[in-house]
Amino acid sequence: MPVVSTPETLKPAAGPIDNAEVLRIRNDFPILDQHVNGRPLVYLDSGATSQNPLSVIEAEQEFYEQRNSAVHRGAHTLAVAATDVFEDARTAITGFVNAAPDEIVWTSNATEALNLLTYSFSNASAGRGGAAARRFTLGEGDEIVVTEMEHHANLIPWQELAARTGATLRWIPVDDAGALRLDEAEQIIGPRTKVLSFTHASNVLGTINPVSELVTMARLHGALVVLDACQSVPHLPVDVKALDVDFAAFSGHKMLGPTGIGVLYGKSELLNALPPFLTGGSMITTVTMDKAEYLPAPQRFEAGTQRISQAMALGTAANYLQETGMDRIHAWEMELGQRLVSGLEAIEGIHVVGPPSGVERIGLAAFDVAGVHSHDVGQFLDDKGIAVRVGHHCAQPLHRRLGLVSTTRASTYLYNTTDDVDAFLDAVAGVRPFFGVK
Amino acid sequence: MSSDLEQLYQQIILDHAKTRHGEGLQDAPAGAAAGESHQLNPTCGDEITLRAVLGGETLEGVSWEGQGCSISMASASVLTDLMAGMPRNEALSLVENFREVMRSRGTVEADEEVLGDAAAFSGVSRYPARVKCAMLAWVALEEAVLAAQ
Repeated sequence: MPVVSTPETLKPAAGPIDNAEVLRIRNDFPILDQHVNGRPLVYLDSGATSQNPLSVIEAEQEFYEQRNSAVHRGAHTLAVAATDVFEDARTAITGFVNAAPDEIVWTSNATEALNLLTYSFSNASAGRGGAAARRFTLGEGDEIVVTEMEHHANLIPWQELAARTGATLRWIPVDDAGALRLDEAEQIIGPRTKVLSFTHASNVLGTINPVSELVTMARLHGALVVLDACQSVPHLPVDVKALDVDFAAFSGHKMLGPTGIGVLYGKSELLNALPPFLTGGSMITTVTMDKAEYLPAPQRFEAGTQRISQAMALGTAANYLQETGMDRIHAWEMELGQRLVSGLEAIEGIHVVGPPSGVERIGLAAFDVAGVHSHDVGQFLDDKGIAVRVGHHCAQPLHRRLGLVSTTRASTYLYNTTDDVDAFLDAVAGVRPFFGVK
Repeated sequence: MSSDLEQLYQQIILDHAKTRHGEGLQDAPAGAAAGESHQLNPTCGDEITLRAVLGGETLEGVSWEGQGCSISMASASVLTDLMAGMPRNEALSLVENFREVMRSRGTVEADEEVLGDAAAFSGVSRYPARVKCAMLAWVALEEAVLAAQ
């Protein structure tokens, strides 16, 4: 049975994470201690969904055993206790990304966060929110700018917003090494740009985008900046104030939290001017049969009964990450990422997409195996107990740009050892021989 | 090498995945009834366009083009060999037979007498995530035959 870590094991000296520490960390993750297809599980799919430490699992259980009740309503003791843990979790997230409490909106995931934002922009464009919301209005002649490396979650909501408002969607292309073409970005981002939305770190390429340069370009033309932080907030220190983005979205299940909970960050001043998307209970001040007045942010965006246990568990996950140290986690994953890429580059017939070895990337690598479809690669690896992601990773346009239909992706987290990476690399070396491809 | 994986990727499948029979869409002869179907698996991007040519009640020829994993490509190749020249209704019931085996999660044994080389796909039924791969060409054939006029 796994042993629950004491806070002492989570707070080593300031030195870098090493395999010995990872082995201690792994004791907190019961799911990792199992065999799959007769082999010890090697979990390299955290870019899709990360695993939960016991403290997160227990937080949800404790909530249902002792505090389950609706928040922000009811005068009884349980309702007060539920509200407390719900708001404590929000405080944990504010500390984690350096936001203020009214700047963190709970959503079900990053996809919902981005849809909330784009539908709120729609509502502003339809005249809702009055003069204060005018900065969010879009129409013909306005432009929304995204990038060619976006996850569908940060592409399709903008396509739909453009279609609803008559605005034009433009995108910054990607070069052959998986970096954004900043020279092109300077041409594309202009006086017509109302919104620039881009990913902080690519879920396929591993590229970390130059946020400050892009923010500077957007500010030059008064455009709003939205950051898809799904692959950055879980893996590197993110300070939304330092990055100076207007909005950011991320998902709980990619940062040791449960599914069903995510976050929309927005600058207080902006969120309080933005008309709501979902409306109903818990987000109002006064309601008559004709109309309603809305609460300030974040409550105005949290209609209906909320995901309380999930929020609480996500707060616990953020605390776990913070105690381990995001800078240390980032450094360890960068090491694993380089080990992945240089190892893959050394195998015949493997083509890694994104930055080559030696160039900065987050701790993941997607690749093509010449002559073998990614689905077959994934099946072969699964047979060896190795879990990876296969397919287009919700980034079809990027794959098309790379001339590929699909890739195989290995993505690491703080609980992966260098042995995990080496076991994966050994197995990948066996793929083409197994399928008889030369 | 684990036997599970070899049961899934039988040699016959690996061979057909590399040397694909029926690949390349063929024009239907003048006057022949032809039907076409395009099938896409959105989770992995595998796709196939399959054309069936009928002469009366006989499925005279199958041709296709597509891209995908070894299971889906080999399945299209095996289907081409198996179906060409078969009575239309027999072809349709063969699709049903194959579907039943695929959906059985390993509980229905493939009858090699009936399914021929396609019986090699039996192992796929134990991998629910791959059943769609194996079925792609078969669903396309069914639709193409029903559409033929």
